[in-house]
Parts: sequence; C-alpha cells; structure tokens
Amino acid sequence: MKYERVAITDEAIKIVEELKAKYGELIFHQSGGCCDGSAPMLFEKEDMYLDDSDILLGQLAGVNYYMNQDQFEYWKHTHLTVDVTEGRGSSFSLEIPLGVRFIIHSRILTEKENNVLNNL
Amino acid sequence: MSYSKPKFKEKYGNFINGKFVDPVGGEYFENNSPIDNSLIAKYPRSKKEDVENAVAAANAAKEAWGNTSAAERAALLNKVADIIEANLEEFALVETCDNGKAIRETLNADIPLSIDHWRYFAAVIRAEEGTATELDANTLSMNIKEPLGVVAQIIPWNFPLLMLSWKLPPALAAGNCVILKPAEQTPSTATLLMEKIAEVFPPGVVNIIHGFGPEAGKPLASHSGVDKVAFTGETTTGQLIMQYASKNLNPVTMELGGKSPNIFFNSVMDEDDAFLDKAIEGAVLFAFNQGEVCTCPSRILVQEDIYDAFMERVIARTKAINQTNPYDTNCMMGAQASNDQYEKILSYIKIGKEEGAKVLTGGEACKLDGDLSNGFYIQPTILEGHNKMRVFQEEIFGPVVAVTKFKDETDAIEIANDTLYGLGAGVWTRDAHQLYQIPRAIKAGRVWVNCYHAYPAHAPFGGYKKSGFGRENHLMMMNHYRQTKNMLISYDKNKLGFF
Repeated sequence: MKYERVAITDEAIKIVEELKAKYGELIFHQSGGCCDGSAPMLFEKEDMYLDDSDILLGQLAGVNYYMNQDQFEYWKHTHLTVDVTEGRGSSFSLEIPLGVRFIIHSRILTEKENNVLNNL
Repeated sequence: MSYSKPKFKEKYGNFINGKFVDPVGGEYFENNSPIDNSLIAKYPRSKKEDVENAVAAANAAKEAWGNTSAAERAALLNKVADIIEANLEEFALVETCDNGKAIRETLNADIPLSIDHWRYFAAVIRAEEGTATELDANTLSMNIKEPLGVVAQIIPWNFPLLMLSWKLPPALAAGNCVILKPAEQTPSTATLLMEKIAEVFPPGVVNIIHGFGPEAGKPLASHSGVDKVAFTGETTTGQLIMQYASKNLNPVTMELGGKSPNIFFNSVMDEDDAFLDKAIEGAVLFAFNQGEVCTCPSRILVQEDIYDAFMERVIARTKAINQTNPYDTNCMMGAQASNDQYEKILSYIKIGKEEGAKVLTGGEACKLDGDLSNGFYIQPTILEGHNKMRVFQEEIFGPVVAVTKFKDETDAIEIANDTLYGLGAGVWTRDAHQLYQIPRAIKAGRVWVNCYHAYPAHAPFGGYKKSGFGRENHLMMMNHYRQTKNMLISYDKNKLGFF
C-alpha cells in the first residue's frame, strides 16, 4: 500500500482547478510563521525559486506541494490535508482574491505510515 | 464604559498624489469587522495600473521632498502626531472595529504608541548628523546621508496603525516618498489617517494602495520604480519579496515570524511580592492582542522546582481574562482578526491535543451572545507538552501558549534556541548573573528582561534566524532608508605623479 504525507479535500480541488485554468501550472508552498503564515500558499510554478532545501511532500490535484527542509524536520511526523475556508489572507497566494483561503488540517501519522514515510 | 461601532462611508479610495482616487479598474472588496462579521465598507481592489500611478506620483515628488530641510520634515511629522492625538478616540474605535482587538488596548497602546513613533523620528532627524574624518593633513572624508528615493512598504493586520507608524515616519524622515499597502483585512485606520492628514505632505510623498497580495502587493514589491521594499509578514511571502527585489537589486528589510520563549527561573518565586505578580502577568501576556503578535511569548519555559506552584497562578490569571464585547473597556481580549485565522488557530489546538499536549485551560472557541456570535473568538489556551511538538514550533498567531519545564540554565537555553525563529524572548529572574548571561545566550533580536511586550520607539527591534533581518524603530532604522554619499575631498595642490 502506498502512503502519502499530504491530501486535499474536494472543495480545495475545485479552487485549485479554477486557478489552474486561469494561471497555468502551479505549486503549493507551505509557509512558516507570522500573521498569514503556517498556511499553504499557491503560486504560479515559475514564481518561486525552489532548490534542494525545498522538500516535495507530494502532489495534490496535479500540483506539487513543497515545504522548506528545516520546517519539514518539525512536521514530518504529521499528515496534512489541504482544505479551504472562507477568509482573507494578505499573502501573495493566488486564491485570496476569491475570498477563500487554503488551510491545513493535520493529524499524527500512524505508526505504519511513519515507518514507511520516514524510513524508521 | 462601552462604545459602539463607528460610522463609515459606503466605500473608500486609494490615496495617490495627495488625493483620494477610485481604483482604475473600478473594483472594490468588502471589509468586515471580526467583532460581529458585519460590513465596514468597501475598499479598492487595486491592480497593477493603480500601483503604476502611485509609483509615478512618488517618483515625481521625490526630488523636491528629498531636498526639504530636516526642520521642515520634522515639523510635518510632528503635525501628524498632533492630529492623531487630537483624534485618539476615533482612531482607537476604528482600529477596534477593523481588527477586533479590545478597545482598552487601542486606547492605551496602539494609538498612543503610534503617536510617539511619529514624534520620535521627528526628533531624531533634528539631532543626528553626518560624519567627517580627516584621513590625512590634506584629505577629508565626508559622509552625507541621502534618501533612497521611493520606498514600498507592506504591512500586516495585527497592529494596523502602529505598523504603519513603525514604517512611514522613518522613511519620510529620511526624505523618501512612500507607497504603503495596508493588509486587506485592516485598511481602515490607514484610510482614516489619510483623511485627516491629506493636506500635510506635498502630493505624492505619501501614497496608500489597497488590495490583495497577488494583485497589488506583488506588482508593488517587484516594481522597478521602487528603490526599497520593507515588509512585515510571514516567511514565504518574505522570500518571494526578496526574489522580486533581487531583480531590481533593491535592498529589503524583513520582519517575519517568531516563536518566542518566555523563561521563568525559580527565583521569581522567592518572594510573594509585586515582582512575582508582574512575572505572572508576564506569562499571561501570550493573550495580549489575542496572541496576534509576531513576538507573542508563545512558549512558556518554567524551572521544574517551581513549575506546579507557578503554573497554578498563571492558569488562574488566564481564567480571569474577561472576554466580552471588544467595544467595552472591561474587555480584556477581543476577536481574532478573521475567519481563516480563527479556523487556523482551532486546527492548531486540535493537532496539539493529538500530539499529546495537555490542555491546562481553554482549548475551545469562545461563544459570545447576540451579534457577537458571528464574530471570531477563541478562549485563551495553555497547552502543556514538549518542545518538539508542532504547537511549540509553529507560530499559531492566536491566544495559545505552549508550556514546558526545564532543569537548569543549560537546559533553558537549549530549549529556548531550539526553534527556527529568533525574534523575541523573555527572561524572568532575581539572579543578577542570569539577568545578563541568559539574554546574551538567546539567539533573538529582542530579549525582554523582567518585562515583556514593551515597544518603545527608542529601542531597536528585529529578528535573528528565520525571523528576518534589518531593524525597526530607533535611530538605526534611518539607515535602512538611506544611502551614504561619501565625498572624498583633497586639499592637496600637488599631483599624484603617475602621469
């Protein structure tokens, strides 16, 4: 069985698809702290410079989901589900003009998931 | 005493070139109050064209403004301070309505501090000087401070007028023209300020653009007509802004997130006196501004031998926080700034519980009655756990504190520094050695010693590590908004002799 670190709700997929139609290829990047942080941000693929310090956690609705390495170290024991909620962030994430905001729901990986995903 | 929701116009414009203008595209967004989710007003949904207009206005004004005397600029900054002071209550009320924070905080902290920041920078430019050094008998090196030109500033929603007042005065005092974009959750006090000070500065010196990050923030941050970008916000956006600035080889300053430790050594409980009372309040300051502060003391570290006794008092003090109508001066903690913020905080409380953190108090949304039932309220929450948990590592930006014990000084320092961030920290002790040595060992830009959450204009503020770089407040802030022109003057009549 294949285990995943990330998942996405149907509601969030709708928003991702709508934005893909408008902007083309996209990426998710999980931001760190402060006001609008600790949230998944959706950008045009070429907008953000990525390198080896950005870990690819998986693909959601055809969109790669990245997190910075040092943040990943504190998050890697948890499973993340991207959802969407009514709201208004002030970041550069593309969903914001739609009056919605991506949000993360987290749960602890099961022992089996943890063994497989984190090579324990 | 209780206030009520202030009156607003149906819609507002951008402030460009000295007057209010409609957005070029004619689009607006609705801004609601988090107190009861009711409509405040419509604000411009600005796009690239509006940014172009603001940048053009600022560029047209920069030559003349940059050549004004320090005395003239100081007088205008003082005038702004006087105007805010004369309308303090109105600003406080609008801020509370827009952000959701308790009126006692806007009346006593946000607005008075904002006023002082304008006055501080008005004073600074009258007192400071350039430098001159005689390098040898015939050579003089003169350093003249020159403005950068046009500065873009992007600010957050947690202290709308205060963040504006951290950013605008030093940039203006240094002789720059500014385009500032308030957060779209809180455009109201910036607009109110422009209404009140519309005539103070020459047209184009101060410009305010409203709108969304991807539509207005991005074209502003990446514009080649801008000479510097100053940003307060979160890490990923900070990284993007640095990328955009790199294209223009522009300097940036970044004030980003934090996960600040607040450390209580056992000596705080040596006496049951005023200082212990102050220390307990210091721990409960995690709930200040609903926890929506980049320096929120969101990790409490308590020495193990006083842990139970100290936390008993912290929990009791937290439970005494009065959550009621934010317009009521008895309200001690108001609404979270938006629905998505509210949802995010609750999701963090949930993951904290799942990770095994123990809820010592709170842990739920707070349900208020009547119209307030539509607002975004959360109980002040204390979670007990260990420093590897996500609630100890991520900025929740809500009234949620994670608490753990430490054994000794070494242990305290190790836990305090085990974080990606380094913005603030608190150290509480009666031990004279710890008072100096512990703050020096903590990797953070601001360490409060036997106090917390004080933000005087005269003390530099900024981050280590992933909390950013550059400083705000204080005289040193001025150099983030200036060039140094070095004039190297020879008084020697004789040639070098090479040619």
